[in-house]
Amino acid sequence: MDVNIKSMKREDFKDNEYIDKLVEELNATGANVVVGKLDQLINWGISNSLWPLCFGTSCCAIEFMSLGAARYDMARFGFEVARNSPRQADYIMVQGTIVHRMAPVLRRLYEQLAEPKYVIAAGGCAVSGGPFKNSYCVLPGVDKILPVDVYIPGCPPRPEAMFYGLMQLQRKIKVQRFFGGVNRQEKIKEFFQKHPEEQGKY
Amino acid sequence: MSDIKERISKICPEATFEEGDCLLVSVPEPKWYPLAKALRDDAGLRFDVLTAVCGVDWKDSIGVVYYLTSTSRSWEVIAVKVAVEDRENPMIHSVSDLWKVANFQEREVYDFFGIKFINHPDMRRFFLRNDWVGYPLRKDYDANPELNPIRLTDEINEDDSVSYVEDENGKVKAVPKKVFEEEDYVVNIGPQHPSTHGVMRFRAAVDGETVKKVDVVSGYIHRGIEKLSEGLTYPQILHFTDRMDYMSAHQNRHCVCLCIEKALGLDVPRRAQVIRVMMDELMRISSHLLSFGCTAMDLGATTAFFYGFREREMVLDIFEKTCGARMSMNYNVIGGVIADLHPDFVKDVKALIEIMPSRLKEYHKVFTGNVIAQNRLRNVGHLSKEDAVNYCITGPSGRGSNWSCDCRKKHPYAVYGELDFEEVLETGCDSFSRYMVRMREIEESCKILAQLVDNIPEGPIRAQVPKMIKLPAGRWYQQVEASRGTFGVYIESDGQKNPYRVHLQSPCFNLVGVMDLTCQGYMIADLITIGAALDFVIPDIDR
Repeated sequence: MDVNIKSMKREDFKDNEYIDKLVEELNATGANVVVGKLDQLINWGISNSLWPLCFGTSCCAIEFMSLGAARYDMARFGFEVARNSPRQADYIMVQGTIVHRMAPVLRRLYEQLAEPKYVIAAGGCAVSGGPFKNSYCVLPGVDKILPVDVYIPGCPPRPEAMFYGLMQLQRKIKVQRFFGGVNRQEKIKEFFQKHPEEQGKY
Repeated sequence: MSDIKERISKICPEATFEEGDCLLVSVPEPKWYPLAKALRDDAGLRFDVLTAVCGVDWKDSIGVVYYLTSTSRSWEVIAVKVAVEDRENPMIHSVSDLWKVANFQEREVYDFFGIKFINHPDMRRFFLRNDWVGYPLRKDYDANPELNPIRLTDEINEDDSVSYVEDENGKVKAVPKKVFEEEDYVVNIGPQHPSTHGVMRFRAAVDGETVKKVDVVSGYIHRGIEKLSEGLTYPQILHFTDRMDYMSAHQNRHCVCLCIEKALGLDVPRRAQVIRVMMDELMRISSHLLSFGCTAMDLGATTAFFYGFREREMVLDIFEKTCGARMSMNYNVIGGVIADLHPDFVKDVKALIEIMPSRLKEYHKVFTGNVIAQNRLRNVGHLSKEDAVNYCITGPSGRGSNWSCDCRKKHPYAVYGELDFEEVLETGCDSFSRYMVRMREIEESCKILAQLVDNIPEGPIRAQVPKMIKLPAGRWYQQVEASRGTFGVYIESDGQKNPYRVHLQSPCFNLVGVMDLTCQGYMIADLITIGAALDFVIPDIDR
């Protein structure tokens, strides 16, 4: 099975081993032809109409706005329908620092997203806390409270980097399965068992 | 300045004076409130603007340094230091009834230092969660993560507030207060809302559709920059300013550099000064273009957003070629700038200033003249000049209320003193005036750029600075005109390689303080347009 997306050739990506490993994992258990085809169809649909939630806390959000404007134009990839309600969005792109006061809000927003849902950590702050890592009230990376699918480094990431990250998410979606086998919902459940709400510290 | 000393000594004989970059008056706490009243009202003094409120922990005592500006005494600045020795329960008289801007400023000091302000109407935390343990900017703060873990439980809405009221015998007692009245209908807006320009949260009490009161809940992006700065060296703290008001990155960083250079007594080469001014003005253009686009988008005019961003990309290209980044440029350094101009710089700037007038015309045609824009901006969010001064609303928003407050004119820095440009003023006092000031400021910025672009002097781009920068003991305050108002930096040094205390006085902090006043009596839908016209940037408020 080849993982190809419309926007960029396979050889232009720099981490094909990673995606190959995911495919291998999928193939190891084998797939029913009907179910496999259905999965492909669903994934084709989702990966080409990824709707983001408008969620920007600081500088990266401005670069995300540039993404929406004419020069970078994310409509080319099907990302343009930025939603203001999490219930209508497919993924949450965390753009900016997450602090203690924001953490429960972000978690609530994630819970409100409809399945299948994805998280992208864009920018140094969302990835690891960035320059504010040592602060008394900054979360050292959103992966402490949410299962992150794609990390985009940069401070803020260039629009091109954001596109690269979003295309990585498209590829990742292409290898997921909804019916049987490796199911990412299970993984999300596991994550939340490890990071329960009552737990005081990470 | 000498007459100030005399006048203050007459009112408060215990006051001691210290010369620095401005006069520092130290007064004992019980004399502070009467002195403050006199400083504001005395005909010869008239310090009508409270510029900054910086809480400081001096270990043996704890207190506040107030910076006051007198508009009638040609913008003279003085500092007043008030300290108390009681660390367990420090109390200082509030001046929030004299200068309304002190309301939020004092709440911030309470949040960071635990200083309770007597007679303050609403003594709640401002940035940190209600259940936060300790006061983080105190020097003996316990940073143990066990005390303040990342809580994923929802924060309880705090409707109870407290006010520390002094009775006639001088005894202070806590009086419980309610943020909203019992029968108020409260609408929550934010923190995740597309039109609050970030993660701002308002709680608006409405009567039908009319706003009665707006309670500002801030701190959803409070990163503790001031505390982090205390642990870093001076060159290391510079990059934080780019990430506060990211639309005034150059100006903010310029300000911190100026403050440190002032403390070091460093002369910046003329070439660097000219480059800095040009970058500041380019940043201002880019900021106002974004502001134009976002105001339009908040009103539902998506097309104007694309137009604004089209020209903004031209500015970002200029930045990228010279500074190496589109945003968070990290360009100014202590003593000058980090890299020389790109060979295309002059050509690109000329192309920008040539194209801007025609583009501005286009914006006015597309958006300004539109009947919806007119109806939603005109006569909405009234802010009188007196209120603008009292709430210290600087920048385009203050100038939209006809208050001449441009720091580039009042305290000229770099090469601004030699330049020919007009301070843009509008008399409407409403959202539309604020919007128009921004549009006209783009023209003025182009004018400044046109004067400088052919006259960039040759020479070094930065001065020689010592490898390890240590400031002498003392305190300095520096202001610049950022895109959204006067940005101030307070640095206190004890002679070490890292600052003892850094306070960043952001213009947006004051802007959000005026939301309650400007929204009262208008429709709930106008709250969005008033916010858009005030144009605050949330990370600048929260720091």
